[in-house]
Amino acid sequence: MKDLKVDSVDMVYRLPKGGSVQALQDVSFELDRGRLLTLLGPSGCGKTTLLNILAGFLAPTAGTVLLGDAPITGPGPDRGMVFQQGALFEWLDVRKNISFGPRMQRAPRAETERTVDELLTTVGLQDFGEKRIYELSGGMQQRVALARCLANDPAVILMDEPLGALDALTREKMQGLVLKLWKETGKTIVLVTHSVEEALFLGDKLFVMAPRPGRIEYTYELPFAEIGLDVEPRDLKASPEFIERREEILSLIWEMEEQIMGHDGG
Amino acid sequence: MSDNVGVGVHDQETLETAADDEGGFLSGLRPASGLLPGSGSPEDRKTVSFGDAAAVRSLPLWSLIALIVLAALWWAGTRAWGFPDDFRAATAAAYEQKDPPEALTDAKLLTECRLAGIAATEAGEPAPCNEDAYSQFLSPAAFPTPADTWRGFNTLRTEGFKNITLWEHARTSLTRVGVGMLVGSLVGIPIGFAMGLSSRIRGFFDTPVELLRPIPPLALIPLFILWFGIGNPSAFALLIFASVWIMIISARAGVRDISLSKVRAAYSLGASKRQILFRLIVPNALPELFTGFRVALGVSWGTLVAAELVGTDTGLGSMIFQARNFFRLDVVVVGIIVISIIGVLLDLIVRMLESVLIPWRGKGR
Ligand SMILES: Nc1ncnc2c1ncn2[C@@H]1O[C@H](COP(=O)(O)OP(=O)(O)O)[C@@H](O)[C@H]1O
Ligand SMILES: [Mg+2]
Repeated sequence: MKDLKVDSVDMVYRLPKGGSVQALQDVSFELDRGRLLTLLGPSGCGKTTLLNILAGFLAPTAGTVLLGDAPITGPGPDRGMVFQQGALFEWLDVRKNISFGPRMQRAPRAETERTVDELLTTVGLQDFGEKRIYELSGGMQQRVALARCLANDPAVILMDEPLGALDALTREKMQGLVLKLWKETGKTIVLVTHSVEEALFLGDKLFVMAPRPGRIEYTYELPFAEIGLDVEPRDLKASPEFIERREEILSLIWEMEEQIMGHDGG
Repeated sequence: MSDNVGVGVHDQETLETAADDEGGFLSGLRPASGLLPGSGSPEDRKTVSFGDAAAVRSLPLWSLIALIVLAALWWAGTRAWGFPDDFRAATAAAYEQKDPPEALTDAKLLTECRLAGIAATEAGEPAPCNEDAYSQFLSPAAFPTPADTWRGFNTLRTEGFKNITLWEHARTSLTRVGVGMLVGSLVGIPIGFAMGLSSRIRGFFDTPVELLRPIPPLALIPLFILWFGIGNPSAFALLIFASVWIMIISARAGVRDISLSKVRAAYSLGASKRQILFRLIVPNALPELFTGFRVALGVSWGTLVAAELVGTDTGLGSMIFQARNFFRLDVVVVGIIVISIIGVLLDLIVRMLESVLIPWRGKGR
């Protein structure tokens, strides 16, 4: 069952002072329901742009994007979004943040409250429902952002460097949570990261993207996410297979970075 | 980060300089300010404090000392150069009889003598009169003593000036400022919101707002008297003029303050445009609106005296101007002090409301 169908998408940004940037060129892929796709690549290769197109915040210059059989024309509750900085609503408490989606769609209140209770437990914040957003640590805030997204029961979850602003330890814990949520809910997830380790650990499919113009350069099918919950994550990341893949991809990205440097003349 | 490019920089400046929370008057009274030195808090364990802005706060003890010094200067200064007793008696008598006293006639003559003297000097002629003949009544530093002022305050409180008590004057003034602020906000906030939300409306209103905003309300008094007549209508118009631009600009800045990712998150959660406006943009703009309200309230209160020049006979401003005509400087000084204290109280109240109603202020990201 196909969930996302992206067909020859181009994206050209017009610059206000004239000229243009080709952020994406001829991007095509299909993603089955329930996959976890990670997007990896040097900064400026169009990862955020691609995610924004999937979310419906941007319309591609050319090409089509389908969710199921319906073309994506704008943002909607069927595609949840998690940002690097939670983009939480600081005037609401944690519960109200999580229930925002259902409340906007006027879902029955009792049911919403039950969903919120469940989600608070799922993301490990059962005692923090009445707290204000600014009373939480960065990691907890990202947990709220995940729960807020799940409360809407979207078909696809899009995450733009969701763990990018967290410290290393919190980040590892949160990687476990993302895997757990993926397994438990069976959602289709597209996750952007600039950490090779994270892309390998979380992705059951991985696109390595290249810049100028932004495009999908390499595609990997990965085994690690499938077993990530059953084994010790640190052991998995230290296993020879994992290290081999990691070094392979790192050298690809190094190559690209060096090309960019040469391109810029320093 | 490119989302934030082009946020109106001058908007922010106007509003924030006037509403800097950290250094606000009486902010040192908050418990955190450390009345007890050496209590071992991280602040007190700092080894370097010069140049560390966070280490500088308004110590309440020193605020108290300043108050005492001011009072002492007032007392000592007026003891040395205050009114002669017969002048005070003469003005009081004159006020009762509603007839300009001899001393006042003398004071008027003094002014005329001085003007004549200046004209004569310019023309290179000898002075036509001798100032000393009049100046026994008016020393240049003439100022009521604290005791005079206290007496004036008590009379104002009980009998009032021209049979209107101080309380009534203050209440009238507060009502005027309240109505001015209310109308200013009701008109300004929707315009500011519309300007923040639509390029056309922004384009349309930007020119008049930017052109009218720098005009001091005082400059409009002659026009307003012509248009609205003498009295309350002109005063209201002046106070509305004083507040409306500030409310427009703070509402506009408040709308622009929202981060694109919050708006996008809300759309992805299924919010409609209407919900984006009322559930997102409005609460997100509240801190900025409150700041604008505080600034506008301060400016309105400051414009009040001028507004009440416009032929009103109650209000603290008109009380001051009428008292001046009778040389009742004690009433003038009481009026000034009351205006100052009410101004401080209004600011404190709004700040308190702010911390209760919008605790998230400055804590979003
Ligand atoms: N709003 C925009 N206007 C113009 N150029 C943009 C805009 N957003 C992104 N770009 C350009 O498009 C390219 C891809 O950007 P982006 O999708 O943010 O990359 P990534 O997320 O992989 O770092 C970059 O060269 C960037 O400068
Ligand atoms: Mg990006």
